[in-house]
Amino acid sequence: MAGLPSRHRSLFLLAGVVLLQVLMLAVQIKRDSQGRLIRVWTVSAVSPVERSGAWGIGKIRDAWRHYFALSDTARRNEELIRENGQLKLEIMQLQSKSAEADRLASLLNFKQKQAKVPMVLARVIGASADANSAVVYLDQGLHEGIRKNMGVITPEGVVGKVIESYANTCQVLLLTDRDSGVGAMIANSRVHGPVGGMGEPLLVMKFVGNDEEVKIGDRIVTSGMDRIFPKDLPVGIITQVKPGGQYKQIRVRPSAGIEKLEEVIVLLTTDPLTMKQDAPASGNAAAAPPASGQPVSELSNPKPGEKHP
Amino acid sequence: MNDTFDLRISESHIEVHKFHGGTILLCVILALILQAFLPVYITKASILDLPLLITIYFGLSRRNPSTGLLLGTFIGLLQDSLSKTPIGLFGIAKTVIGYLASSIGARLDTEHPLARFALTAAFFALHQGIVVLVQKLLLAQPQPWFTMRLLVACIFNAILGVFLYHFLDRLRKS
Repeated sequence: MAGLPSRHRSLFLLAGVVLLQVLMLAVQIKRDSQGRLIRVWTVSAVSPVERSGAWGIGKIRDAWRHYFALSDTARRNEELIRENGQLKLEIMQLQSKSAEADRLASLLNFKQKQAKVPMVLARVIGASADANSAVVYLDQGLHEGIRKNMGVITPEGVVGKVIESYANTCQVLLLTDRDSGVGAMIANSRVHGPVGGMGEPLLVMKFVGNDEEVKIGDRIVTSGMDRIFPKDLPVGIITQVKPGGQYKQIRVRPSAGIEKLEEVIVLLTTDPLTMKQDAPASGNAAAAPPASGQPVSELSNPKPGEKHP
Repeated sequence: MNDTFDLRISESHIEVHKFHGGTILLCVILALILQAFLPVYITKASILDLPLLITIYFGLSRRNPSTGLLLGTFIGLLQDSLSKTPIGLFGIAKTVIGYLASSIGARLDTEHPLARFALTAAFFALHQGIVVLVQKLLLAQPQPWFTMRLLVACIFNAILGVFLYHFLDRLRKS
């Protein structure tokens, strides 16, 4: 190298560095490892800054909302009082319908089994440094019991799954990523098909035959077949249906606000979850989230037999 | 990192410029943190590629292919380690961009905003091309060569690059 002209030296260096990285890629593919050590170092270095940034932005936003953005408060207050009255009326109607449903279920000797799933609430503190992938970082990790392949949800629906866990943070592959997927089915017709991302805000549902009846507005829920998410969690709403060659082309809008995530729930189990029996989809299966960082021992749904007289 | 470099205005005249100590390292770290942090609060910010802009700027400024490509490698590998991609994907792409940027910087006037816009757009497209090529050939992950989103990202990053480079110029020691 020393005897080479400067121009050739840099060319050799370029070839050497590129070749080294190609070999590194080959080793990762062969061993199915993803260079964990360098990732741990980088994430450990960056995540405290992200955590501080998220905390700072949260404080600034809270201050803005609570002290400065109050110009519309009086009008909003009147609207909310009106809305509150309407909602109370609706709640009474729903309670009446709920009681009727309970009685019918009791008559049919229908027992709803509910999985006991430990979970932890986590805050989104960062995103992927790669613009082509939909990945976020959470502020909880191995210390809170989060492991690879655990499901991540919000009360609105499925968000993604954990693909890497570090001491105090973890990496979550969002449902909108090209490599993402969840076992799903159409809530009404119970037609199964995996739902995955395309690197865009909308998802795609695959392998639904042209002869199946699918309508725009149909709800998609988890099927439980992927052994990551419990059955009947909301995944999304069908927004577009087109006939394809062999299968329909179905686009789905995610139920969880994946583009505006702030807090999520991590299901703390990688074991296959106990499936519910075919009960009517509850919609928000995850119920209200607990206080930040506190593990929740089980879902807050009633145990079988408690609710039905 | 050596923060001294030659600024060759013409073949016969060379001016020496310096950056303040640690400027390059600080810019690299800041770019990576912002790249990972901004999209959480501003969804559209995911089309930015700040590490690429930093690679291009310091590549064009340094005008030394060896340091340009090594800086590209360093930034690319750090970006890989903050992504879900295998380590080396962005490393390879940014190594090549760092090398080309510093080679071109030694031959062309890259101070004019229009030249910077055109070069950034070209390097963005090339970077994307290398990433897709590596994904197709080495990782067997089919990716589209061209999408409207990429075109928008290319133009947006080139515009941002012009303003960012202008700001970074101020960090040079006179």
